Amino acid sequence: MTTSAARPATPAPTAATAVAIAAVDKVFNVGKPNQVEALLGIDLSIATGEFVSLIGPSGCGKSTLLRLVADLTDPTAGSVVVNGKPAAQARRDRDYGMAFQHAGLFDWRTVVRNVELPLELEGWSKARRREQAIKMLELVKLADFAEHRPFELSGGMQQRVAIARALSFEPSLLLMDEPFGALDEMTREHMQTELLRICAQTATTVVFVTHSIPEAVYLSDRVVVMSPRPGRVAEVITVKLGHRDDDIREASVFYDAITAVRDALRGIERGSPRGVDDR
Amino acid sequence: MTVLSARWSAAPRRVAVIVPPVAVGIAFLVLWELAVTVFDISAFLLPKPSAIWSALLDQWSIIMEAARSTASNAITGLVIGVVLGVFAALLTSRSRSAREIVTPIAAGIAAMPIIALAPVFNVWFGITTSTAKQLVVTIVVFMPVFVNVSKGLAQAEATQLELMRSFAASPAAVMRKVRIPTALPYLFSALRLAASLSIIAAIVAEYFGGRRDALGVYIQQAAGLTRYDQAWAGVLVACVIGISLFVVVLIAERVAMPWAGSQRQQRS
Repeated sequence: MTTSAARPATPAPTAATAVAIAAVDKVFNVGKPNQVEALLGIDLSIATGEFVSLIGPSGCGKSTLLRLVADLTDPTAGSVVVNGKPAAQARRDRDYGMAFQHAGLFDWRTVVRNVELPLELEGWSKARRREQAIKMLELVKLADFAEHRPFELSGGMQQRVAIARALSFEPSLLLMDEPFGALDEMTREHMQTELLRICAQTATTVVFVTHSIPEAVYLSDRVVVMSPRPGRVAEVITVKLGHRDDDIREASVFYDAITAVRDALRGIERGSPRGVDDR
Repeated sequence: MTVLSARWSAAPRRVAVIVPPVAVGIAFLVLWELAVTVFDISAFLLPKPSAIWSALLDQWSIIMEAARSTASNAITGLVIGVVLGVFAALLTSRSRSAREIVTPIAAGIAAMPIIALAPVFNVWFGITTSTAKQLVVTIVVFMPVFVNVSKGLAQAEATQLELMRSFAASPAAVMRKVRIPTALPYLFSALRLAASLSIIAAIVAEYFGGRRDALGVYIQQAAGLTRYDQAWAGVLVACVIGISLFVVVLIAERVAMPWAGSQRQQRS
């Protein structure tokens, strides 16, 4: 907390602020020889309904930042406020849904029962949660596969089930850690379009970690470019694409935004030889 | 589609699975019979399969009575050992201090020379009781179950555990919905092992004396009287009990984990 005085004050979280990160540091292995400063002085505010991507080279702490929002790890200093309450409280209140690169579906449950899991934990009745899970599977266009086992589905379908599960209890916030990282390019673009449709339909705020510049640009209202060692916010780029569909991927505004993000990444890379996935 | 085609091909595949071992088994018995006849091997070295079979039919009621009590000791010990092993694994997976207390004790139990303990148990519990025999089986079965289930309970995927945390799931819910299902394949590996071990342990325990209606006693006495055909008949019945227990475990596995079989098909 010693350095926080030097930083600009972040506006107090309001009802329209989904996530408010203020003066956050994250140090792993404090006081040990292998101490790592993963994040330093992060200030970031995400408005309700916004789609924000975190991008940066490996080791820039973007996943760590997401995990702080999810209360899967604690900040060393600073505060993380989600929906106006501390991150830990937001997690206990099930304010957010989460999806990872690895779909993490349970083989011993059918697809529909995977989607039902969070509702089960919330104590919903059997009939109600089945109805809700089917509704969610319809949202990701997998209702026909409700009774299948997860391993019978393709990687993209598994990831859609994971998204349906994350959204099953209708959280206002969706946290995604490279959810499409393991998918092939065509499936990936399709999933991006599907995700935008789902978010528009459910008015969900999204924080999305990715390695891919086009993915970040296509999906986001704002792209947060992060620099490594220690992880900092290097630049925040606002993307104004208007209506997003597959045609926009070939429009000049799309390329302009990609160039802006790439320049920002190159800016932080001077002195660091690591590359960023250009897909 | 996949379900349909699986159902269609199930019957021929089952035939393909059963026929080769049965054919090999019959060929083996025929060769055995021929070898004993042709090389004129004396009956106390190796009796003919036909002689063993007729000894079995001859002694049927005696052997069956012995088999019943041996099987009952094996199964009782097996069930108690499995329950204790699973219970110990659940306990130690939840609490560090429990782990530090139970693990060395379990290792100690596993290292006990069971052949030395069987006569001691006979003295403790009375040579004619079943308790001494069942306890030997329990001890032999406990360790593989405890070790395997402990390992299984620790195998849950990191993503799945983080997911449960993001759902604010209680430790009990994580145990029930993630750790225990993850541990099931490990439990069944242990059970396959334990099923065979239980019958071996029961027979070994009987070698150290006790009621006469026991397979171990029967085999030992028949061998002592150089009635090797009868001794082999007893061994044969012990094998059948062991295989039956193994098959019961396989069926239980199919019932408890319907996803596992189809997964194997999917990946092969």
